[in-house]
Amino acid sequence: MRLVTAVIKPHKWDDVRQALESFGITGMTVTEASGYGRQKGHTEVYRGAEYDVALVPKLRVELVVEDADATDVVGVISMAAATGTIGDGKVWVVPVDTVVRVRTGEVDQAAL
Amino acid sequence: MVNTGDTAWVLTSAALVLLMTPGLALFYGGMVRSKSVLNMMMMSFGALALVSVLWVLYGYSLAFGDDIGGGLLGDPTEFLGLAGLMEDTTSAAGGLPAMAFVAFQCVFAIITVALISGAIADRAKFGTWLVFVGIWASVVYFPIAHWVFDFTLTDDDGTVTHVGGWIANNLAALDFAGGTAVHINAGAAGLALALVLGKRQGFGTEAMRPHNLPLVMIGAGLLWFGWFGFNAGSALGANNTASVVFVNTIVATSAAVLGWLLTEKLRDGHATSLGAASGVVAGLVAITPACNALSPIGSIAVGAIAGVLCALAVGLKYTFGYDDSLDVVAVHLVGGLWGTLAIGFFATASAPAGVDAVFYGGGVDQLWRQCVGAFAVLGVSFVATYLIGLLLEKTIGFRIDEEDEIAGIDAVVHAESGYDLHATGAGSRLMGSPPPVAATRASDTRTSEGKVTA
Repeated sequence: MRLVTAVIKPHKWDDVRQALESFGITGMTVTEASGYGRQKGHTEVYRGAEYDVALVPKLRVELVVEDADATDVVGVISMAAATGTIGDGKVWVVPVDTVVRVRTGEVDQAAL
Repeated sequence: MVNTGDTAWVLTSAALVLLMTPGLALFYGGMVRSKSVLNMMMMSFGALALVSVLWVLYGYSLAFGDDIGGGLLGDPTEFLGLAGLMEDTTSAAGGLPAMAFVAFQCVFAIITVALISGAIADRAKFGTWLVFVGIWASVVYFPIAHWVFDFTLTDDDGTVTHVGGWIANNLAALDFAGGTAVHINAGAAGLALALVLGKRQGFGTEAMRPHNLPLVMIGAGLLWFGWFGFNAGSALGANNTASVVFVNTIVATSAAVLGWLLTEKLRDGHATSLGAASGVVAGLVAITPACNALSPIGSIAVGAIAGVLCALAVGLKYTFGYDDSLDVVAVHLVGGLWGTLAIGFFATASAPAGVDAVFYGGGVDQLWRQCVGAFAVLGVSFVATYLIGLLLEKTIGFRIDEEDEIAGIDAVVHAESGYDLHATGAGSRLMGSPPPVAATRASDTRTSEGKVTA
């Protein structure tokens, strides 16, 4: 099993979700996150005082998938999340040892 | 015989002006960081509670008792505990009950003290603030209200029945609703306290941006609404003066918003919501002393200039390195000075005050009176406040500990947080409650200890 984590632009989440559902993914965890990369932040001004706001709002999407699906899921997310402009985000994959479904106690493949 | 129309308007105005202090709490509260929003609002509510009580005990008498010498102070014993004011004091010809005036002037005292708190955001001990409020109201505001608002009265024979304060009577400076007594006074006091307490940790380096601008906008709206009581109510009657003042208060404030936003657009490239809210207050401050002396066109000019001046004055604290956190100096001191001095240029005899100033061929007579009144209040307020602040800092301490300030004054001083945005209530439980019981598990592949057997 693999954990796929994607950090994306908040307004692209609906596109990503629909693309993943079309692929057959039935669930995911989404967290509001903030960060910066090459995009950097932006400038805000309050009563003439300028502030460099470094962190930009993002969504972190996490889902555990079977090994065989990981590459395809990365492809689906990165296609759906792309706008072509700077700040589109990142997707990465790490191996997962164990998964348990809390309600039933099912493990690993059965719990996905 | 009570004049019911006038009395209804003055009592309504008093309620409007009272609402300005909770409005100020929102205006200031939204401007600080989320970790100190409650303390910021509590400084206004604390002032509201304490000043009302002092006003009834002896404040009204100090401000509006018969003068005890030189136009400096009212007789504190004349109306001690508002003695003698419960019976009907109106004449047969009609008039305003004394208690209506007591109520109206009470809420002025409250808002003036509350205004100062913006200069010392995030870092003042709440207990010391309350002690300061009591001393400052007694030593600075009540006497200055006597100077500016207490008019000498004569009866039909020309016999003097009541002697008032020196700025209103001897100097005859015009200050309709409190440019000197309220705004220059609070602004100078804010500057003095900001100097006594020193800068916030991280001032000039860390971002200290407003945590909730919608609160600031609501606060500015409530202040503007309440300010109609402040200005038009100061006519002390439901009459033509109140109506002229009402219109001038609308239009000067609007012009100041435009002036502030234009300044921002040209200087920073953006017209901001905080700028609009600040322009509202700057315009209201500037028109306060002048609202019965100006034409509506003059009010537009004074308001627009106030918006530009105050927007530029915000930069002074960075130039000179004092942490007037929420710009009490730039908005109230600068705006109050401008409005008070502008009377000396823009006043027209066709307005209810009936005085022609420089631009209407009246010469500089009124201008010098305005200057003396404005700078006398500025000087006395600054020096007295600095000494009171220093005394409190050296004795009971005015500033909270460095660590507490960084952790946030709400949690440390008030044991509260302004916002609970966590689904878990930030992991909080009622202290002393029994520990949670483990949920019964469904029969599955896990043992009761949670060990997976499959």
